[in-house]
Amino acid sequence: MDCYTANWNPLGDSAFYRKYELYSMDWDLKEELRDCLVAAAPYGGPIALLRNPWRKEKAASVRPVLDIYSASGMPLASLLWKSGPVVSLGWSAEEELLCVQEDGAVLVYGLHGDFRRHFSMGNEVLQNRVLDARIFHTEFGSGVAILTGAHRFTLSANVGDLKLRRMPEVPGLQSAPSCWTALCQDRVAHILLAVGPDLYLLDHAACSTVTPPGLAPGVSSFLQMAVSFTYRHLALFTDTGYIWMGTASLKEKLCEFNCNIRAAPKQMVWCSRPRSKERAVVVAWERRLMVVGDAPESIQFVLDEDSYLVPELDGVRIFSRSTHEFLHEVPAASEEIFKIASMAPGALLLEAQKEYEKESQKADEYLREIQELGQLTQAVQQCIEAAGHEHQPDMQKSLLRAASFGKCFLDRFPPDSFVRMCQDLRVLNAVRDYHIGIPLTYSQYKQLTIQVLLDRLVLRRLYPLAIQICEYLRLPEVQGVSRILAHWACYKVQQKDVSDEDVARAINQKLGDTPGVSYSDIAARAYGCGRTELAIKLLEYEPRSGEQVPLLLKMKRSKLALSKAIESGDTDLVFTVLLHLKNELNRGDFFMTLRNQPMALSLYRQFCKHQELETLKDLYNQDDNHQELGSFHIRASYAAEERIEGRVAALQTAADAFYKAKNEFAAKATEDQMRLLRLQRRLEDELGGQFLDLSLHDTVTTLILGGHNKRAEQLARDFRIPDKRLWWLKLTALADLEDWEELEKFSKSKKSPIGYLPFVEICIKQHNKYEAKKYASRVGPEQKVKALLLVGDVAQAADVAIEHRNEAELSLVLSHCTGATDGATADKIQRARAQAQKK
Amino acid sequence: MAFPHRPDAPELPDFSMLKRLARDQLIYLLEQQHEVDKLYKVENKPALSSSEQLCFLVRPRIKNMRYIASLVNADKVAGRTRKYKVIFSPQKFYACEMVLEEEGIYGDVSCDEWAFSLLPLDVDLLSMELPEFFRDYFLEGDQRWINTVAQALHLLSTLYGPFPNCYGIGRCAKMAYELWRKLEEEEDGETKGRRPEIGHIFLLDRDVDFVTALCSQVVYEGLVDDTFRIKCGSVDFGPEVTSSDKSLKVLLNAEDKVFHEIRNEHFSNVFGFLSQKARNLQAQYDRRRGMDIKQMKNFVSQELKGLKQEHRLLSLHIGACESIMKKKTKQDFQELIKTEHALLEGFNIRESTSYIEEHIDRQVSPIESLRLMCLLSITENGLIPKDYRSLKTQYLQSYGPEHLLTFSNLRRAGLLTEQGPGDTLTAVESKVSKLVTDKAAGKITDAFSSLAKRSNFRAISKKLNLVCGTGMVRGVGGFIPLWSTFLGGNVLERRSWQGLDEVVRLLNCGDFAFTDMTKEDKASSESLRLILVVFLGGCTFSEISALRFLGREKGKREFIFLTTAVTNSARLMEAMSEVKA
Repeated sequence: MDCYTANWNPLGDSAFYRKYELYSMDWDLKEELRDCLVAAAPYGGPIALLRNPWRKEKAASVRPVLDIYSASGMPLASLLWKSGPVVSLGWSAEEELLCVQEDGAVLVYGLHGDFRRHFSMGNEVLQNRVLDARIFHTEFGSGVAILTGAHRFTLSANVGDLKLRRMPEVPGLQSAPSCWTALCQDRVAHILLAVGPDLYLLDHAACSTVTPPGLAPGVSSFLQMAVSFTYRHLALFTDTGYIWMGTASLKEKLCEFNCNIRAAPKQMVWCSRPRSKERAVVVAWERRLMVVGDAPESIQFVLDEDSYLVPELDGVRIFSRSTHEFLHEVPAASEEIFKIASMAPGALLLEAQKEYEKESQKADEYLREIQELGQLTQAVQQCIEAAGHEHQPDMQKSLLRAASFGKCFLDRFPPDSFVRMCQDLRVLNAVRDYHIGIPLTYSQYKQLTIQVLLDRLVLRRLYPLAIQICEYLRLPEVQGVSRILAHWACYKVQQKDVSDEDVARAINQKLGDTPGVSYSDIAARAYGCGRTELAIKLLEYEPRSGEQVPLLLKMKRSKLALSKAIESGDTDLVFTVLLHLKNELNRGDFFMTLRNQPMALSLYRQFCKHQELETLKDLYNQDDNHQELGSFHIRASYAAEERIEGRVAALQTAADAFYKAKNEFAAKATEDQMRLLRLQRRLEDELGGQFLDLSLHDTVTTLILGGHNKRAEQLARDFRIPDKRLWWLKLTALADLEDWEELEKFSKSKKSPIGYLPFVEICIKQHNKYEAKKYASRVGPEQKVKALLLVGDVAQAADVAIEHRNEAELSLVLSHCTGATDGATADKIQRARAQAQKK
Repeated sequence: MAFPHRPDAPELPDFSMLKRLARDQLIYLLEQQHEVDKLYKVENKPALSSSEQLCFLVRPRIKNMRYIASLVNADKVAGRTRKYKVIFSPQKFYACEMVLEEEGIYGDVSCDEWAFSLLPLDVDLLSMELPEFFRDYFLEGDQRWINTVAQALHLLSTLYGPFPNCYGIGRCAKMAYELWRKLEEEEDGETKGRRPEIGHIFLLDRDVDFVTALCSQVVYEGLVDDTFRIKCGSVDFGPEVTSSDKSLKVLLNAEDKVFHEIRNEHFSNVFGFLSQKARNLQAQYDRRRGMDIKQMKNFVSQELKGLKQEHRLLSLHIGACESIMKKKTKQDFQELIKTEHALLEGFNIRESTSYIEEHIDRQVSPIESLRLMCLLSITENGLIPKDYRSLKTQYLQSYGPEHLLTFSNLRRAGLLTEQGPGDTLTAVESKVSKLVTDKAAGKITDAFSSLAKRSNFRAISKKLNLVCGTGMVRGVGGFIPLWSTFLGGNVLERRSWQGLDEVVRLLNCGDFAFTDMTKEDKASSESLRLILVVFLGGCTFSEISALRFLGREKGKREFIFLTTAVTNSARLMEAMSEVKA
């Protein structure tokens, strides 16, 4: 503890840099790192090594081997490289390994060595071969920049949405640039390259020469260049051992340093922390590591082994065969607290807490000192912040303990920052664990967000840990646990050695009815792995039928899809499946399928009725549904056909169908209609006027109204119109004509089958009381009263009613007695009533 | 507010929320996105608009799609380019998109949905305004609207809290209920924890009771509907009613105080009521005599407007009554009612049959004739073969041969059928009476399987005492709607269909009668007095009025109604008719 600052190295007056070990590497490398192509992903990501990359022999033993390790050196995957020679490796933002081959093809592998996809960087690259390649990160994703054998650059700013850009030519470029890098400014990717003493900047349109301001003279070539993590700063290493540091826009110089080493460094990377004023660059040679910044002196480390630098957001990771270290600027809070003889409030608080544990009264003294200055809040905040930047749990704990101790003396200190830091540190310590191997710092973690961290755990198949973290942080299920379980299930379905039943059961057991889990997504994944049966089993667990159907269709289980769609009650879904089936099956099978699904059938029929009449007919034919077929043709006879022959023909077909359906009634009715149609046609020809499409009744009426009584009677006989109807019909027609003479003749032709009351009624309706009276006398006794009342003969009606001794009739008459004229009649009725009651 | 004379009635939920919701959504769809400047009615004729974009607000029907397609294609031929937007209400159907695609204009139009499914016609009546529901489902077997119903119910439960007690009868009711449940499960959590505002919900299929709907209506509101046709809660009173030369569109709901008081009354009472009202009104007018200036000022400023309004309404309704009377006497209404009653009671069947025959022969009205035939068929469990044939023949001769298709439709819907050999009425009745006495009813289900698809009206009517003579004015022409007996307490109090087992079986709804209670009784007693009745396939004003009466009679209960459309016998028959295009 006494020499906690022992590994702190001052750079200039204001900053300290420290290097501490993250892991001792366990990867048991046989080769030197220098013999491998190396790529390490930022944010504590995985490391990929391609061994023997340059050997071209075909012998299997010396074929390149691609190994992927976690940051702690745990092997994640190892595979024999069977494709073409690889020029460069790099990790995308999604932690996918991009392997750029000499021929411009980029192969994409997952973290576990699973091949994902490949894409090509274009024909030009294919022809000229790849000389060098860089993978870089932009705000859109990950980009690839390629230098071809023709010394031209091609780049794509986002491999997820591949758009190739061929950069303009550099005038007079005969050999490969001594060094180059991809720059990302204002959301556009550029290339910066050095040829001899000149620097060129390539954008989409042009190539321009640039000069760094304040560059020391005498530079004949640039050996190395480095862009900072955020693309804000640029460092250049010249052949004179001179390092220029400035902004990436090349508009401003920050500082310079002369290290007097003329050998080209192996690597040069920026080492700075966000929001810190200090700028430093780490330069590595074979055995030497140098941190240079705005200070006359540099920090020097000796490298025992071949090492590799990984730039990070807030520092540099350095790994070699045996160790993995982190080099960074000591954060302000830690510096305040731990600087020797610091009197910062945080430092005092930490001291106070230690004394308190020793039960020394000094604790009180220190505390008082802070309180007198009113800096206790600041002290607590400092301790909390410093704890975040500590790698060792012990140190985190003592700082947090100090913070918690200080908090006791504050009235109102919001607890969230403390609680959140405890939680964050717990998560960080968990993922930094050797077995997990994600050495995130607090700043990186905050930048990455918990969601991405969870994704990365899922990517590493560390489902239990991810779930534990979700539960610990109490993340909402849908974003947290369910999502992870769904990922787990998607991974599970890929385990081909487990039987379908077991997988389905295991998944259901774990997932149950967890909200937010979509079984159909998992099933889709299973189907993607060629496990159709498993997919169907999984779909059984999907509660929403609507979700099952599309996948079932995709798996060509259309019939199952149909019944699921019907189950869902969503007619749209059913319809979707129907159209699918219609295209998939031949007509016969399609109809057969429909036949077993009445709901689908009626839906389809509805559609056909409006859109595909012929199909409708076929449907009925298929089912031998002669009744409907008959109806279909009837409809056609008046909707589709224009000519009378066509209509009759349609009716004939309909009649035949009705006979087949054993519906004699309909068949006969249809035949009658055919006869009627023909007749109407003839009537139109012979008599003129409009007859077609009238009903039989109306046809006869029209004939009578036109004075064709003979024809009318002939028609009535031919179609066997019942007497009653005929009488009603004639009565109405003659009354309409006001042909009273003919009406009377008709009434006397024989005894009326409908009585004579209608005659009275119709005459009254035509306001002919005179005619009405003629018939009133002939009305039968039971309706006589009504008839007499109709013609207005109240007195006689009263007589008849009294004669009938019918109470109802009496009241009816009485209700018609109005005013003085009928006074006598009314009295008469009253008397009759009284008499009837006496009896 | 709804029934001012009933202080004990539970308060009705506020349906104006639904109106606001729908309005805002439509305004958003039309104005924000499309800047509508002129509205046209979708008719089968070319739209004469010169504007750069056309927006169609339509029901999702294939016919409409073809109309739109013809317009767009006509524009194409003429070399015009405009933007087209189709807004479907209440939802878009895949089949419609298919048609657009087949007509080759799918790429030219963009589609939107206006999820407007519940129109509050009155304080206690919501209508989905889907008259096609009846034909589509009960005739064509098309289930597309059931989902719409389920969504509407879901909307209601999100707005007014979950329904603790659910009941239903009928196949469609069951499907709608299950779909609705599924929706609720999928969107779990939203309604949870909300206090229910409406305690009970009943889902009823139209085909469980056709009889009530087919009878002539005798309450005022029903008669107005039968005579003038109420559309979306408003009616066009023609010159013969307004006693001027203009037609007048009148909103009929609880806001109209005069109408509100007579709407549920038997027609024979309405005149008396109206004349009483007129006298009262006169008396109020008369009060102004002998007022001093101040009182007069008060009267003019406060009361006069209300009185005048009432006066206007009163004269309108009196005019409507007169007009109804005139029409009814012309059609021999008494005779008609007498026949209907005879059919319901099952006497003088022969006489009724010949009445119907005469009705047809005289070509009184195709729809009315059809209605009477159906009524005869349902009450008699199908027509005897001879009548079945002769009535149909007569009908075809009178009204045209295309009605052969109408008959085939009616047969399919079970409205007009032929008695099979063996199940004459007496046979059925003997079986039923056996059943009614036999408690071990299960054993006899076999006997009934042969009767499947029969309506068994007479047996049910006997069992439930539906026909109750002329003294009962509350029902429809002396007949109590079936619903009333269901909702009259039996089911509500026992909270199950128990005790109505036989009836349910006779209705062929054995598998489709369901109840669902939530165990936890969060429902307040206030909410338990509110009952939502959902009619699938439409309901008549008489049925509504009978239930309103029931709510009042049983006291402290209030029914609210949700129907796919308000219907009446004529609308039902028209839905079944095939007419030449």
